[in-house]
Amino acid sequence: MNLLSVSHLHVNFHMKEQELAALIDVSFTLNRGERIAIVGESGAGKSVLGFSIVNLIGKPGYIKSGSIKLENKEITKMNLRQLQEVRGKRIAMIFQDPMMTLNPVLTIGDQLVETIRSHTKISYKDARNIAIEKLHHVQIASPEKRFDQYPHELSGGMRQRVIIASVLLLNPDIIIADEPTTALDVTIQAEILQLLLAICRDNGVALVLISHDLGVVSKVAERTLVMYAGHVVEEGPTLEIINDPQHPYTQGLLNALPQMTLPGQRLNQIRGSMPSLAERPSGCAFHPRCPYATQKCRQEQPRFIYSGVSSVACFLVEDMLNEFADKDKEAS
Amino acid sequence: MATPLIQISGLEKAFTSNESWLSQWRFRHGKLTRHKDSIHALNGVNLTINQGETLCVVGETGCGKSTLARAIMGLTTPSAGEIHYLDQRIDQLNNRQRMFFRRRMQMVFQNPYASLNPRMTVYQTLSEPISFHNPQFSQSQVDEKIDELLESVGISASSSDRYPHEFSGGQRQRISLARALSVEPDFIVADEPLSALDVSVQAQVLNLMMDKQEERNLSYLFITHDLAVVEHFATRVAVMYLGRICELAPTGTLFSAPKHPYTQALLSAIPRLDSNTAQPIRLIGEVPTPTEKPIGCVFQARCPYANQRCYEASPAMTLQSDGSSVACHAIEEGRL
Ligand SMILES: Nc1ncnc2c1ncn2[C@@H]1O[C@H](COP(=O)(O)OP(=O)(O)OP(=O)(O)O)[C@@H](O)[C@H]1O
Ligand SMILES: Nc1ncnc2c1ncn2[C@@H]1O[C@H](COP(=O)(O)OP(=O)(O)OP(=O)(O)O)[C@@H](O)[C@H]1O
Ligand code: SF4
Ligand SMILES: [Mg+2]
Ligand SMILES: [Mg+2]
Repeated sequence: MNLLSVSHLHVNFHMKEQELAALIDVSFTLNRGERIAIVGESGAGKSVLGFSIVNLIGKPGYIKSGSIKLENKEITKMNLRQLQEVRGKRIAMIFQDPMMTLNPVLTIGDQLVETIRSHTKISYKDARNIAIEKLHHVQIASPEKRFDQYPHELSGGMRQRVIIASVLLLNPDIIIADEPTTALDVTIQAEILQLLLAICRDNGVALVLISHDLGVVSKVAERTLVMYAGHVVEEGPTLEIINDPQHPYTQGLLNALPQMTLPGQRLNQIRGSMPSLAERPSGCAFHPRCPYATQKCRQEQPRFIYSGVSSVACFLVEDMLNEFADKDKEAS
Repeated sequence: MATPLIQISGLEKAFTSNESWLSQWRFRHGKLTRHKDSIHALNGVNLTINQGETLCVVGETGCGKSTLARAIMGLTTPSAGEIHYLDQRIDQLNNRQRMFFRRRMQMVFQNPYASLNPRMTVYQTLSEPISFHNPQFSQSQVDEKIDELLESVGISASSSDRYPHEFSGGQRQRISLARALSVEPDFIVADEPLSALDVSVQAQVLNLMMDKQEERNLSYLFITHDLAVVEHFATRVAVMYLGRICELAPTGTLFSAPKHPYTQALLSAIPRLDSNTAQPIRLIGEVPTPTEKPIGCVFQARCPYANQRCYEASPAMTLQSDGSSVACHAIEEGRL
C-alpha cells in the first residue's frame, strides 16, 4: 500500500469577489521511505499543496474535492484531534518561513523542551539534554548557549537548523520540507541535505521536498513533480526530467539556469509571467508563454500521458506520441 | 578612478545578549563576577563598493552578512569602524540626517515575510515611497508608476489591491524589490533576494536588476549563497568567514583560481546538476560561534593548513598577482 496517496485534489481560495482555484486535479503517491521533489514556478501552488497534505490550509483556502490518504485513513475527513495526532507524530513540516514554526517570545531551548515533553514524560533536565544533543546533531555550535537564546538572535540559517532539530525529535513517517535550505549557504546546505537524507534513509522516513533549486533536487529526490499554475504538468524520475525535460515549461525552467548562459549575459527567462489565480488562461495554463502553443492548446486542457520518460500534460508531446504510434502501425 | 560609492573600514559589531542584569552574575572560582555574553558578528571588515558594480558577499550562515548589510543601511550601529557614502560619513547619522540617504540606498531583506507591512495592500506599500519622493506626481502618475513597477517584476498590476499574505513567498520577494526600485536609488543592498524564487522568476528578477544597473549605473551589494548566481552576476566577490573578509576577488578569478582554504571548500560544495562531480571538501570541526573576539585567523579551527602562526596572529589581506586579495598565512608563506 502507498504510504500517502493524493488523488484528484482541488484546493480553492474563497475570495469576496470570486472563487480562485489554487490546485487543480493534483494526484501523486508516496511510498514508505521514498523521496520526491516538487518544483515549479513561484506561486504555482507548491506550498499550498504542502499545507493541504496535512489539512493545514487556512481560510480563505479550503479543500474543495479529492482525497488524501495516509495509508487507509482519509486525511480530508479527520477531526481536529486526529489531525493533530497526524501532524505531531506522522507527518512533520518544515516551512519556508522559519518563524512560522518558532515562537518569537520563547527561547529556542524552551520550545524544543516543550516539544519533547508533550510526547514523553521526562524531567526538564533530561529533555534539555536531549534538546542540546539534537542542536549539536544539526551542527549548531555552542548549543548550550544557543539553548537560552530567542529566535531573533539567530541568523536565518540557524533558525532553520533549529527547526530541523525539532523535527528530529518527532520521529515522523513523512517529512514535508518546504524550501528547507533556501536560507542556507552551500556548505551548510550540503550538510543539512545529507542530514535529512540520512534521517530518511536510516529511519525509512519518506520525504516531500519542495524546492526550486534543481541542483538540490537532483541530489535528494528519486522522483520529481513539476507544477505550473496549480497543475502538475510533468512527473517522473528526477534524473530523466533534468536530462530530458518533456514539458515546454520544464524545458524553460532548466534553460533559465544561470549556467545556461555566459557570465554577465542576460539569462534565458521564459517570456511573460505566470498569471495570477484570477486570470487563469483557457486550455493549457502555460499556453500564453509557450513557444509551441497551437489553437488546440488555447482551447482544450491536455491530459496526463506517459511519454516513455515521464508523465506529461502537453499536446505537443501527445501529438508526437500519436504520430509515432501511427507510423508504427503503418510499418506493421 | 572614480571615488568608490561606499567605503567601509575597520567595521566591527558586537551584540550583547539581552539577558537581564541579574542573570549576568555568575559564581566562578569562589567569587561572584559579572559576565556578559556577546557575539562578535563583524570583526574588522574593510570593503569598497564601486559605482555601477555588483559586489557579491558569500559565506557560511551566521558569518555576519546580514549584519554587514544592516550596518551599511544604518539599521544597526557598528561598535567600531567607519562607513562612507561617497565623501560623507554615514554610520553615525541621526534619523533626520538619514532621510537624505533613504532615497539613495535601498534594501531588500532576506525574509520577505517580515519585510512587508501585513496591513498594507501592495498599492499602499508602493504608493507611499513613490509619492514621498516625487511630491510633484499627480495621482494618475503615481498609479502609472506602480503598474509599471509591478509589471517589471512580473506581478500583474491587477493584484495591487491585495495584502502580502495573499502572495506566495516569491511573489512577496518581488514586491519588496519593486518597493526598493520605486524611489530610483543609486545603491541597493539585497540580502538573499532570490532565495525564495524559482529559477525562471530568478532569471526574470536578475535580468531586471541587470537592466536597471545598465540604465542608471546602479550599484548592488548582493548577498547570496547561490554560487551559480554569483558567478553570473557579480563584478567582484567577497568571501566572509566569522565576521571577516577572507578573500576578495574579481568574479572570474575567484571561480577559476580560489585561494583561501575556506573559499576552496565553499566552491567544492556547490550542488551541480550532473551528479558525478568531485567530492566536496568536507570541513572538519564545527562552525564556531563568535562569542570571543577571534585571535589569529578566523578559519584556524577548521583549516587543514593551520600552523602555530595561524593560532596567534591574524593574517592581513594581501594582494595577489592575479588581482585577488587573500588573508591567509599559508598562502603568504607559500605553503599553499
Ligand atoms: N491566503 C491566500 N489568499 C489568496 N491567495 C493565496 C493565499 N495564499 C496563497 N495564495 C495564492 O495561491 C497561489 C499558490 O501559492 P503558493 O504559496 O502555494 O505558491 P508556491 O508555489 O509555494 O510559490 P513560492 O515558490 O513563491 O513559494 C499563489 O498564486 C498565491 O498568490
Ligand atoms: N539582534 C541580534 N542579537 C544577538 N545576536 C545577533 C543579532 N543579530 C545577529 N546576531 C548574531 O550575529 C551573527 C551574524 O548574524 P547574521 O544574521 O549577520 O548572519 P548571516 O551571515 O546573515 O547568516 P545567514 O546566512 O544565516 O543569514 C550570528 O551569530 C547571529 O546569531
Ligand atoms: S591563515 Fe592559516 S588558518 Fe587561516 S586559512 Fe590560512 S592556513 Fe588556514
Ligand atoms: Mg512556497
Ligand atoms: Mg543573513
